[in-house]
Order: sequence, then structure tokens, then C-alpha cells
Amino acid sequence: MNNAVGEAQTIVLLGGNSEIGVAVVKAALQPFTRTVVLACRHVAKGQQVAATLQREGLTVDVVEFDGADTASHQRVIDSIAERHGDLDLVVVAFGALGDAEVTRVDIAAAVELAHVNFTGAVSSIVATCNRLRSQGHGALVVLSSVAGERVRAANPVYGATKAGLDGFCQGYGDWLVGQGVRMLVVRPGFVRTAMTQGMKAAPFATTPEKVAEVTVKALRGTRRTVWAPPILQVVFSVLRHVPGPVWRRLPLG
Amino acid sequence: MRNLRRALTGWGRNNATVAEVRELPNHEVAAALHDIGPRGALARGLGRCYGDAAQNGGGLVLRLLGAGHEAVLHPEDGTVTVPAGVSMDDLLRILVPRGWFVPVTAGTRYVTIGGAIASDIHGKNHHVEGSFGSHVVTLDLMLADGSLVTVGPNVQPDLFWATVGGQGLTGIIMSATFRLLPIDTSMMTVDTNRIPNLEVLFAAMDEGDDRYRYSVAWIDLTARGGNLGRSVLTRGDHAPLDALEGRAALDPTAYAPRVLASVPPVIPPQGLLNKLSVAAFNELWFRKAPVERVDEVQSIAAFFHPLDMLAKWNLLYGTRGLVQYQFVVPFGAEETLRAIIERISSAGVTSFLAVLKRFGAANPAPLSFPTPGWTLALDVPGAVSSLGPLLHELDHMVLAVGGRHYLAKDGVTTPEMIRAGYPRLPEWQAVQRRVDPEGHWQSDLARRLQLTAPGGNS
Repeated sequence: MNNAVGEAQTIVLLGGNSEIGVAVVKAALQPFTRTVVLACRHVAKGQQVAATLQREGLTVDVVEFDGADTASHQRVIDSIAERHGDLDLVVVAFGALGDAEVTRVDIAAAVELAHVNFTGAVSSIVATCNRLRSQGHGALVVLSSVAGERVRAANPVYGATKAGLDGFCQGYGDWLVGQGVRMLVVRPGFVRTAMTQGMKAAPFATTPEKVAEVTVKALRGTRRTVWAPPILQVVFSVLRHVPGPVWRRLPLG
Repeated sequence: MRNLRRALTGWGRNNATVAEVRELPNHEVAAALHDIGPRGALARGLGRCYGDAAQNGGGLVLRLLGAGHEAVLHPEDGTVTVPAGVSMDDLLRILVPRGWFVPVTAGTRYVTIGGAIASDIHGKNHHVEGSFGSHVVTLDLMLADGSLVTVGPNVQPDLFWATVGGQGLTGIIMSATFRLLPIDTSMMTVDTNRIPNLEVLFAAMDEGDDRYRYSVAWIDLTARGGNLGRSVLTRGDHAPLDALEGRAALDPTAYAPRVLASVPPVIPPQGLLNKLSVAAFNELWFRKAPVERVDEVQSIAAFFHPLDMLAKWNLLYGTRGLVQYQFVVPFGAEETLRAIIERISSAGVTSFLAVLKRFGAANPAPLSFPTPGWTLALDVPGAVSSLGPLLHELDHMVLAVGGRHYLAKDGVTTPEMIRAGYPRLPEWQAVQRRVDPEGHWQSDLARRLQLTAPGGNS
């Protein structure tokens, strides 16, 4: 259960090795929190992350979870709830960036990226919300991306998966209203992480900690979509309407 | 039977959960219990617990209907039998004109009799007359299997005392018989003292409280330094006939409390209670109190339920609602109490109303809150930043001197604090488990604080 000041007792991270996801968990952690569950593909790596979260009175559990294995999602979520009780905050952070050079031409690579980032995300969100709705409460944070706001030639498959996921969350989030479940969609810009290492930073580049700060602050309020950094909302309200030929040539990193 | 899936909160208006809510008369309760799912069921009164005690996310929430005219008065032994869903407000409108008063009333009359027992509420008279449960003669309890049992201090006392203060987790309280207080008039005689600081307050209450049936101090938590703990102490009793003059004397038990206004639903999201408005209010409240005044005649509503005159006052706190924090520390822990008040004051937390009271002897209920000592209750806007860590810090200070928190008010504390504060919790759990082996009775409070024994809850 949450408490009256919005602190979560049980936090679950799907994509337990996601840098942004871990930063969000750390920012949401309070003395009140009792359990953190890191659900990830590489359990051994998850154990290392778990070690950085350990403190007295906190149980950190690492469970195996594969975003691509949609058939297992409901089972994984339900078994976490069986073990740890009500899920108060679930962060959906798994996904890959993919290599645009490859996914633009290789069908199998494109399908695989689309499957994990979109199909897997939709599946895990539905599975999670089935559980949260049966509890009558809970919050879900979904990491979208500005890449989905207007998909670029630089990484079209990745951008499209985020566009699709973001669109799904808008509609699904509307449907959740009144069922006790809160969905928050976070649209980070370029975030300096291992996933983007070696890439040229785009304007308004940010860090996982900054994204986490924006996310946790938004969880205290009533907004359903936030941008990190917030200025990107203004930037993209312009970029969205830039004529195609101009957009194509913009040096956005 | 009205049946509705909707979001419920406590009076603090935060931490909402969605449940299946049914309003039903007593004779339909047994049938409704056939539908209990994995998330269990819980009875809810008027939702005046501040936290999550009367919520059951994903489960069934039953609101028992009941009206004042169903109360049966037994003047020969000064008791009344009332369906549990009847509100104190309804009941007082029946009782007071007939020369009777409830044994204990909280700061609001919008609580049900069932809720008063399940929370074992206390009032300004705790130091002499104890909490509500101490005045209950018998109560009818519907168990999870649909059977009805009558329990009392002499009939299945373990189940009776587990139900008093039991947060609705032993069964559904269907009706209760309790002792009343005979009164000559519907007025109160009140003595008021303006107190400059905490030391004077402790001394005044220690020395004088026992001469009064009712006593409470309002503390200005925004005051610091030499003014720390400045307060207004009001104490009184029911007025005798000869205290009334003029029109009041013609109809001494006239009782018609009114709601003067209601907060309109157009409050800004951040609420209207901020540092400035609260400081101004506290200053005014302190200044308007007389330095000393004796034998002032006040109405029951003005003395016991002043906030009830403004309906829906919790809306003033905006979208994040309010948190009420109430604890008790034993006599002798005045230094800790002082440290806590200093901590709140220095944190700049805006507390609109804080009240201090001396508790008398505890009753035998394992989860009943009052225990001899000082109890402080404060309202804090939920929007205050870092409120969680601050209250967590206060929790440790309270527990370090053997204090505890009031479950009916709590919304923020942890299972560890409750286990430490209520050492008889295992005893209560054993009785709870015996009458509810399958874990049918559940609540958000029980889940958050792990009140029921492991395995008894899903």
C-alpha cells in the first residue's frame, strides 16, 4: 500500500538493469518503502544493481523477466504480487535502442526491436494493470521517448516503437481512469547512459537522475504525461509542425 | 441495495483506492457476505477516519444504513441500543432533547456507532471516563461465515475487546447497546485559559484536569522560542439547570446544531491553507481567547464539534488533502513531547489545528489507542514537501519513549512502528485469526500495517 503522502511500500522495475529505471526507483525510495523488485533478463547483472540499493529494512528481490517473452508476463507479475503483496509503483523501463544501420535494412532485426519495445511493453503493461486494477490502486510509470513524438530517419524503428507505445499509453491511460490505477508517461530527450554511449548528444541532453527527479515529482501531482527536461514539451510543440523537408535536414544529433 | 465501484479515501482525501461499495440495511448483510472475493470485505461508516482504515482496495466495502429513530432508549438503566450504521449526529438529535448524552464523542458528530467502536474513539473526557468501548454493554457482531454473535465485557470478552478498536477486522458490528450520561441541559459550562507556553500548559493540565469532566488544549504549533507551545485550554462540564438564563432556561434540552456553511468545490489545487493563512489563523485564535474566563455557557455543538459547522472543511487542503498525525507518549515523557513540538515548529510545517490532551487509564482492548499519557493530534497539509521523512523521524521519537500511534488517524506509519507501539498485537491477531481463519476481513490499513497475522490476508 501507498501511504497518505504518496510513498510506495512496494516498487517493481521491469527492466531491472535500465539506468533510467534504476534512477527512478532510487528517487522514489523512502524510509517507508519495504520492497524493491528488479525484474530483468540478466539476473546476475540485476544482483549487482540490487547491491547498490541494499539498506536496513528493505528487501531487494531480483527476478527473471524477459520483455520479449510476452506469454510469461502475467505469470511473472502475479508471482511478484503473491510474494510481496500489493504492487504500489511499477516502472516499465525495458527496451533497446537498436542499431539503426541494421534495423533500417534487416527485417529480422527490425522485427525483433519492434517486438521487444512495442509488443513486449504493451503486453507487460496490460499484465501489470490487470493486477493493479484487481487491487483497486497502483501507479505505473512508462518510459516513452521524444523519439516517438516525431520519428526521425536517424532511428525509425526505435522511434516508431516509442510512438506506438506512447499512443497506446494515452488511450489505455484514459481507460484506466476511475479504476484506481494511475499511468504516467515519461518522455525523456537524449539521456546520457550506457545505451547512448558514443553517440553525439542531442540538444537538451539530460541524465537518468534528472529524468527520475521529473518523474517522481510528477507522481506527486496529477499530470499524466511529462517531458524530461520539461523544456522539450515546448521544443517539440514547434518541431512537430516543421515542414517535412526542413525536419529531414535538421541536425538533431 | 446500491452497488457501485468507486474510489474511496479517508477524511484526509488522499491515497484513494477503488472498491465495490454497497449501501445496505442490516438484514441484507449476511447475503452480501456470500460474494466475498480474494480481496475481502470491510464495513465503512461515514469515512471520518483520516487515513485508510475504512478502505478496501479491490474488495467489498459495506456501508450499513441506519437512522436515529431506530435507536431504542432504555431509560430504566440509562442505556440505548442502536444499529451500527446510525450516526452520532442522528443519535444526539434523539437523545439530547430527552436528557441523555453519549458517553464519549469525538471532535465530529459525523461518525457512526459502528465506527466509534471499531476505532474505540476517545473524547475530551478520556482522563476521567475512558474511551467509547468502555461504555459498551453488548454488541452484535456478524462473523465471516454469516453467523451473528452477541459479545460484551462478560460474554466472550476476548472477542469483544478484539472488536473494540479492532478496525472492523473481526466482523461487522451490526448494533450495540451502550451506557448514556444523563444531562439536565443541552448547554456546557466552560472555563477558558490562555496559556503562554508549554511548561505552563503541562502544569495547568496536570494540576487542574481532574476537576473537569472535559478538557482539551489547542496548541499553536507555529509559535517558537519562548512562545513554544502557547495554547488555549478549555475545560468544562454539562451545565446544570441553574446555569441557564432567559430563553435557554425555558427549553433546557433544546438541541438543533446547524451546519453554517459548506466549502464550495472551487478550491485551488494547492489548497487555501498555507504558511501565511495558518499563521494568521493561529494568531487570531490565540488572541481572541480570553486570558481567563470561567463558567461561560456554550452549546454542545460549539464545545464539542466546532468544525462540523463548516461542512467539507477537508476540501480546504486542496488536491493533496491533509494528513492527521496523532500519537500518545506516557506521562514523564514531557521532554520528548517538547522535542517533537520543537521539531514540527522548526520544520516550518503548517499545522492548522493541533490539540493536546491527557489520557486516563487504558481499557482491556489490545488495539485500543488511549493509554495514560499525553496525546497530541495535528493536521498537516499533504502538500508539505518531505512530510514523509519528517513524520518517519517523529515516529521514532514517539516509539523511543514507549508511545504509539492512533490507527484511526494514521496514514503514514509502518508495520514496525505499530508492532512496537502495540505489544499486544499478537494476542489480538490470535483472536482475529480464530474468528476469521480465511482472511475475509481486509482493509488497506491492515495491508499497509500488516495487522492481521501472515496467511490470514491475501
